[in-house]
Amino acid sequence: MSAGPDTEPERAVAPPPVFLERQSYRRRRLSDAARLLPILGAGLFAVPLLWPSEPEEAGAVSMSSAIVYIFCIWVLLILASAGFGLAARTHGGSDTQGPERD
Amino acid sequence: MATLNVLILVCLGYVVLLFGVAFAADRLAATGRSTWLRSPLVYTLSLSIYCTAWTFYGAVGYAARSGLEFVTIYLGPTLVMIGWWWGLRKLVRVGRSQRVTSIADLISSRYGKSNTLAICVTILAVLGVTPYIALQLQSITLSFSIFAEADPSGIYNEGASVFWVAAGLAVFAILFGTRNLDANERHHGVVTAVAIEAVVKLLALLAVGIFVVWGIAGGIGPTMARIDASEIGTWGVDRGRWAAITFLSAAAFVCLPRMFQVMVVENDDERHLRAAAWAFPLYLLLMSLFVVPIAVVGLDLMPEGTNPDLFVLTIPLAQGQEGLAMFSFLGGFSSATSMVIVAAMALSTMVSNHIVMPIWLSSQGGGVSVSGDVRDIVLFSRRVSIAVIMALGYFYYRLSGGGAALASIGLIAFAGIAQILPALVGGLFWRGATRIGALAGLTVGFALWVYTLLLPGMGGSFMSEAVMTYGPLGLGWLRPQALFGIDGIDPMVHSVMWSLSLNTAAFCIGSLASFPSPLERLQGAQFVNVFDHSAGPRGWTGSVAQSEDLMIMSQRILGAREAQEFFHAEAERQGGRGYLPEPTPTFLERLERELSGSVGAATAHAMIGQIVGGSSVSVEDLLAVADESAQLLEYSGQLEEKSSELSHTARKLREANEKLTQISLQKDAFLSQVSHELRTPMTSIRAFSEILRDTEGLQPEEQTRYAAIIHDEALRLTRLLDDLLDLSVLENGQVNLNMGDGSLREVLDRAISAALTGSDRPLRVRRHRGSERIPLHTDLDRLGQVFINLIANAQKYCDAAEPSLTISVHDVGGQVVVDFIDNGSGIPADAQSMIFEKFARVGSDKAGGAGLGLAICREIMQRLGGEVSYLAGQEGGAFRVSLPLAYKQAAQ
Repeated sequence: MSAGPDTEPERAVAPPPVFLERQSYRRRRLSDAARLLPILGAGLFAVPLLWPSEPEEAGAVSMSSAIVYIFCIWVLLILASAGFGLAARTHGGSDTQGPERD
Repeated sequence: MATLNVLILVCLGYVVLLFGVAFAADRLAATGRSTWLRSPLVYTLSLSIYCTAWTFYGAVGYAARSGLEFVTIYLGPTLVMIGWWWGLRKLVRVGRSQRVTSIADLISSRYGKSNTLAICVTILAVLGVTPYIALQLQSITLSFSIFAEADPSGIYNEGASVFWVAAGLAVFAILFGTRNLDANERHHGVVTAVAIEAVVKLLALLAVGIFVVWGIAGGIGPTMARIDASEIGTWGVDRGRWAAITFLSAAAFVCLPRMFQVMVVENDDERHLRAAAWAFPLYLLLMSLFVVPIAVVGLDLMPEGTNPDLFVLTIPLAQGQEGLAMFSFLGGFSSATSMVIVAAMALSTMVSNHIVMPIWLSSQGGGVSVSGDVRDIVLFSRRVSIAVIMALGYFYYRLSGGGAALASIGLIAFAGIAQILPALVGGLFWRGATRIGALAGLTVGFALWVYTLLLPGMGGSFMSEAVMTYGPLGLGWLRPQALFGIDGIDPMVHSVMWSLSLNTAAFCIGSLASFPSPLERLQGAQFVNVFDHSAGPRGWTGSVAQSEDLMIMSQRILGAREAQEFFHAEAERQGGRGYLPEPTPTFLERLERELSGSVGAATAHAMIGQIVGGSSVSVEDLLAVADESAQLLEYSGQLEEKSSELSHTARKLREANEKLTQISLQKDAFLSQVSHELRTPMTSIRAFSEILRDTEGLQPEEQTRYAAIIHDEALRLTRLLDDLLDLSVLENGQVNLNMGDGSLREVLDRAISAALTGSDRPLRVRRHRGSERIPLHTDLDRLGQVFINLIANAQKYCDAAEPSLTISVHDVGGQVVVDFIDNGSGIPADAQSMIFEKFARVGSDKAGGAGLGLAICREIMQRLGGEVSYLAGQEGGAFRVSLPLAYKQAAQ
């Protein structure tokens, strides 16, 4: 009676293929990037935490540059999000079951 | 100068326009030609109810006070929308698949359809949103008062205007929010009106912003310079608040009842989220783009002490831009009204589904199936709820005096609503989250929020100065704004940190320590793995008699025609005709979802439960089902056994039948054989006796010869009859065996001498006497009879020139066998199988036997427990007698 690991019954279901087609691989990495986007955004929006918070401190950031920074990041995120949405649509991501209605 | 009357006219005109749009959209949706109503654009715009009057007016005031901190209110939702793949997608899918009607419904549904939880969330939402509604009323009133101040001729009564605004909004919400009890709870009219208001408020704010930047400040560059030169010219945001409010706004964006309403409940297509993921952040960006310039220019231009919350209105007015001011006013009006209408609708759904309906149901006793239209009651309770919520907002406004800065009320509401977040996120992503945990978390978070933020925020009448400074009963570590002695944090950050972290801790500990009910576990699996199975087993069971009750109940909630159509469709789906489908679990589940669209998951569950008899998925029931299936298994096992027994019996019967048929044939053959055998001697006896009788003058020797023939034939007849009798006795098993002891040798000796006595043909018998010394315990005479028969056969039929018989005894597998082998030609192979049958004779009838000898031998040996068989493959005829082992042993 030797029930070693090699005597375990074989799984009936074949494992999914290790390598994907190039297109589905691209699509998956694309959705990975889309998922990372909010984390990146949160990080970038947290950068002002490093700025001196008291107006009297040395190296205080002027309001105009702060506005430019925040809004630039914002536009960047919107563009990236729109880009991912567009790419997902053209790539025919796995979640699209048909053409967009509009 | 725009008079107040003109303003009111414009306002009324605008409201009429909204009514018209909402009405047309509802009509369009009803006819099904409303594709553009369900476009991602309308969806995105409807999300803009996030931007209330607090945003429209308050953001500028916020910026004037705290610089860029106001932008955190928009950064949170932006991150949530951009990260829709993480959370919103799942939330919307769950909301659609479970036909959720509100955030309270979602939480209740996730945690085993617990109405307690739904009530908790509803109360929390009402408490959190009421000040918010008051805030909207305040902003409308304030904007009115700005115009009233500018118009000295008008008679303006602030109290009256606030009342009329509240009443008007309530009417609008009632008219379009509760027009019908839609199964899917979608309100196309309201959503379309909200979308138009979204456009109006965006354009209004952009118009003011463009006017300020290019009209007053003189372009982007000078504006930036002006900003840097102003009192908010440097980055001076509290770090804790920056992070905390960003997080808070993200949480509130998901948890706010009105946001949930437009984002999840009114969602028509999951894919709209993808468009809204970038379009809504863009909307937020545009809404906040000109906030700082407006604030800075306002601070510059307006006299000291002007309320910065109303810069959006006062700057155009001060610059003589009355049209722009009017437009700006409409923008603020839009922000306030859309928020109030949707919030009132969402709250009224929650209050009516989770508080009013359960109370009404229980007051009705068990009589859900009493006929009568419940729809009217549901609608009525919603209308009353809307009125009550608006009244609450109105009284809150009157009591608080409307003095506090707009933004602070908004943030307090956010912090309250965010207490739902742990239960929501935990419910969506953690299967181990339980009802107890959710209740514990909500309670702890709610209590802390009230204690650390709401009461201190409401001022001295609710919480005395002494408590604020020294803690309740002098317990310093319980000071509302410095819990556990941790001092010096911003009160907002302090409250959010403690309430949410302890909320989450209580939620986790409660979940880990408690055990969920089966329904909770099923729902948990459906929520967490919603993408794997958007529908799943929930297990209602019912009997046909209940269909009628269900029908009666559904008619009251869905309406008679709709319910009949639904039932009819279900009956057809089940493949039957008529109007009452079988109450299969699938049907009940579908019906429950249909009903939950009208009255909420918990109530629908309870109503069906009342009729069908409780949720079928209790542990007891599962056990009962298990028992039942075990019984079924056993029963089917028995059946199987029985059926195999039956088939066994049938096979036996068939065999018996075949045997009977065979025996019948044998009997016929036997009778004809016997008559034939009897006839032959009888014929000769008759013939010779006739000769003796009739022939005269017979010679004496002739007489003797004939008489001898007659005698011989009579002897043969007698022998034949003896044999037959013997055989029949043996075959019937009536033979009595004379058991005795002896040795094989003796039996053989006697048999040989008996068989060969008086024989005319010589037969040489070879024996090996040594091996014959075997003791026997059997019927020695019968065994001898068998031996005699075999030896006689050899003597009769052996056709060799010098016939000889070899008798050998040996042990084969523990059995004593006696072989009788002669040196003749043996028995032909085709005859070997039938030599033991009655009347079987091989070859010609030269020996005159009746053919019963071997048949008798076989019967005898069977009686004795042994066997006689033909031994093929020897040089001559060979028979083998096997003696039973038992006799040998018994003799030893």
